Amino acid sequence: MTVSASPEAPPVLRRTALRHLAGVDRLAMVGAVLLALIVLAALLAPLIAPYPDDGGSATHPLDALLPPSGAHWFGTDQVGRDVLSRVLYGARTSLLIAVAVLVISGVVGVVLGVVAGYAGGWVRDVIMRVTDVFLAFPALLLSLALAVVLQPSVTTVIVSIAVTWWPWYTRLTASVAASVSTRGFVDAARCLGVPAPVIAIRHVLPNSLTPVLVQLSLDGGGVILTAAALSYLGLGAHEPTSEWGLMVQQGQSLFTTDWWVVTFPGLAILVTAFAFNVLGEGLRARLAR
Amino acid sequence: MSEPVVLGAEAVTLAYGSTAVVHDVTLSVGEGGTGLIGESGSGKTTLARALLGLLRPRSGAVRYGPRGSDTADLASLDRKGWARFRGDVQPVFQDGSEALDPRMTVEASIGEALTTHHRMAGNARRERVTALLEDVGLEPALASRRPHQMSGGQRQRVAIARALAVEPRLLVLDEPTSALDVTVQARILDLLERLAGEHGLGYLLITHNLGVVDRLCRTSHVMFAGRVVESGPTTELLTRPAHPYTLALRDAVPRLGGEPPRPSGRTEAVPAETGCPFRLRCPLAVDACREEAPVARDLRGRMVACHRAEDVLAANEVPHAPRQ
Repeated sequence: MTVSASPEAPPVLRRTALRHLAGVDRLAMVGAVLLALIVLAALLAPLIAPYPDDGGSATHPLDALLPPSGAHWFGTDQVGRDVLSRVLYGARTSLLIAVAVLVISGVVGVVLGVVAGYAGGWVRDVIMRVTDVFLAFPALLLSLALAVVLQPSVTTVIVSIAVTWWPWYTRLTASVAASVSTRGFVDAARCLGVPAPVIAIRHVLPNSLTPVLVQLSLDGGGVILTAAALSYLGLGAHEPTSEWGLMVQQGQSLFTTDWWVVTFPGLAILVTAFAFNVLGEGLRARLAR
Repeated sequence: MSEPVVLGAEAVTLAYGSTAVVHDVTLSVGEGGTGLIGESGSGKTTLARALLGLLRPRSGAVRYGPRGSDTADLASLDRKGWARFRGDVQPVFQDGSEALDPRMTVEASIGEALTTHHRMAGNARRERVTALLEDVGLEPALASRRPHQMSGGQRQRVAIARALAVEPRLLVLDEPTSALDVTVQARILDLLERLAGEHGLGYLLITHNLGVVDRLCRTSHVMFAGRVVESGPTTELLTRPAHPYTLALRDAVPRLGGEPPRPSGRTEAVPAETGCPFRLRCPLAVDACREEAPVARDLRGRMVACHRAEDVLAANEVPHAPRQ
């Protein structure tokens, strides 16, 4: 959009559009914009990273632990890799983990939740008791236990977080689906003789999705924090993969002397988690109206 | 027309959990209109759900089949039997905005009925949707709308069109107009009356509005606290009620230019647990009403469950002008 074009727009339209963007949705907008930037950074990492090779296994011993400068905005780490480049590549790992965990646990959770909520009776009881078993453990502890058993890798992180994450979506979807199932259009479909599985997919599922989608966007930050925690503990991504939690772990002992090694990946975790939360809160506020 | 069918409740008791909400109700719907009248909470809608096969009776049976031959208990139907029942009996619920999936267009909602029952698709289905919309007095252009883009009256017409799409023989109309403005109510009732006539449909009309049954139903049943307290020809019930509750319902109808209605008895009292359930609200209650629950009996062409039905009738000997 160019500046000269805006005065031609009808003033009323412009104002409502502006208010729409700037009003109640400001919070969500901040989150969405931040997240869009992070996604863009992740996608374009090979193009915009000043030293693309540093995202991987390159080493430059002579450049080790240089403080931030014009050549290395975020400084360099112990083996001389550009921290900015690694933070950008790390966004790929973190977002991949977040998306994979949310998709897997979201799909499993929603499917089981709709079945439980619509079928009711003993089917619901069985599914709910299984989720209870999972929810009885502190989530991080269960993820940790799983990650310890499996080989440390990004896949391990995804699997071990998804395993502890889906029961929340099952419970949420089940309660929403149960209330949707009592609504008139479900009765009407039953009276038409539409088979139960079709009613569940065609009527109950689409009308139960909204709260789960909000919850998923709220949880993105949590997944990234958990993933960072697992990698920090050496159970997830390992060298030479760029991963924020791993970078924090490797840089923490240097904090007093070479603060940049740990600070920038830490900030990246903070900002991404914040963006997810703020977007989720904004969506929730908007849909609650 | 194929042979007439009949849908009936046979000593049906319905319960949610351990709370019975409908007690031992027997009634049947066949040709023409049958009314079911009662206040909120009297169990009308619960009974409708049982008649539609959405709720299993705790005891008794919902039976369906051709009139005069053996009707079948819904609980004993096989797949084919259910498919036929679903094709023959369709509901119209109280609130069109509830009864239509908010995420579906009108065409998808009506189309679902056509696909399920007549395996229609593509152009044939689209044409049939158009015809049905015209039949219920809607612009075919509305086919692409979603429920929230229509008025309450339009939504109810769509719900009626969907029921008709199945080509049913009986309709269960559960307060089909109570969520609508008065002027719209009248038009929806006109529409239902016309369609029922054209398609030869029998219907059960559930309402708390006496004027509505007066117009559309030859026979009516009055429900109180989950029991049918009086049933018989509608005009008889309304001109000369034999149950004090029917009388109270009739006299509670406000009239233009008339005295404000004075509901008889204490309308706020809950149904009694023992004896006659209506006795706490009944201005005529005597000791017998406390001791013994009245059993429905035949009294001058109607069934009534009241110890003092004769006295109620006698007090109403002066013919009451039928309401328009």
